[in-house]
Amino acid sequence: MIAKEKSGEQELFVSGHRACHGCGMALSVGHILKATGKDVIVVTPTGCLETFTSPYGYSPWRVPWIHHLFENGPSIASGVAAALKAQGRIHVRVLVIGGDGATFDIGFGALSGMLERGDDVLYICVDNGAYMNTGGQRSGASPMYSSTTTDPAGKISPGKSQMKKDLPAIIAAHGAPYVATASVAYLKDLEKKVKKAMEYHGPRYIQIDTPCPSVWGFSPDRTLEIGRLGVQSGLIPIIEMQGGMLTNVLKIKKKIPVEEYLKSQKRFSHLFRDGQHQKEIEKIQALADINIQKYGLLKDVEDKR
Amino acid sequence: MKITLGAVVKGGTSLNYKTGSWRDQRPVLNIELCKACGVCESVCPDGAVHLVNEAYRIGYDYCKGCGLCAYECPADAIQMVAEEK
Repeated sequence: MIAKEKSGEQELFVSGHRACHGCGMALSVGHILKATGKDVIVVTPTGCLETFTSPYGYSPWRVPWIHHLFENGPSIASGVAAALKAQGRIHVRVLVIGGDGATFDIGFGALSGMLERGDDVLYICVDNGAYMNTGGQRSGASPMYSSTTTDPAGKISPGKSQMKKDLPAIIAAHGAPYVATASVAYLKDLEKKVKKAMEYHGPRYIQIDTPCPSVWGFSPDRTLEIGRLGVQSGLIPIIEMQGGMLTNVLKIKKKIPVEEYLKSQKRFSHLFRDGQHQKEIEKIQALADINIQKYGLLKDVEDKR
Repeated sequence: MKITLGAVVKGGTSLNYKTGSWRDQRPVLNIELCKACGVCESVCPDGAVHLVNEAYRIGYDYCKGCGLCAYECPADAIQMVAEEK
């Protein structure tokens, strides 16, 4: 397979941005824009993506891009979509690319409003499971028993004791026509989903698992490997929901125990330090098993249905 | 630097900022082993790998040396070596 020749000059998201080494989020954005093409306006709420792409005078965006407040990404996007409609420029589409802090927590009210009004916006959440931009504070997307700076593991606490918010299900419940999850470990699947979402009108949502070497605590060359472990353990289900119904899932090739995923990252290292946390690990395994059952992630499970 | 109304910045200007200076590990591509599959280009978070004259080249202007290309290369054609400055 020989790819088409091109130089960095023609890309929509160019080099020179200031993301950390091996950033899963920076990688995903390049592929998102490859799938959408140039006729988009990107709205980015506060977060890592905003920070590393907006030192004044140095923008890697080759599409119109706007940054605003932390909480109002969906509202700004709704406004942009309304303006385009009023101008009759229907070939230009609106995209929000925001982090999990802006999506799960701070901008959630505005997001719910955007979904309820049915605005023509594709909302993409690049989910790294905490507020990485400010050093890794807990968010509604942080996984259970991960250690964060505001929910640190120690003698008494095993880290965050709550579950990750099931946002795709909440969004599907709003009646969004297209809801999907993806992972940077499966880039072709990611691009396919963005392309598919662009075919729909109305509010659409894609949640991308973007491993973060700096705060999750792993070597920056393992970003895709960690993503794969998450998916293959069942902790990160890759699914597609159309019209509120589950229509497609990425099957697990070979199911791995959650320990393999947890051991690969520093944010879970406390679970293995003294052998006192078997109960917590079992609980995480149970979460993975529920996902596998709920979405039919294993091949044979699907056959039995 | 002039501040514009609304802090508007021209697109693609980050190309003026060479992130290659961040690198402490340098990926070296062995063209003999390369199968031109394109995985390295696809997984580079910094858009530093490109096809030039039908061969993949790593652009050291922007490569931060994360090592993703070397780890993901199915042909083991990329080695990470310490950067000498």
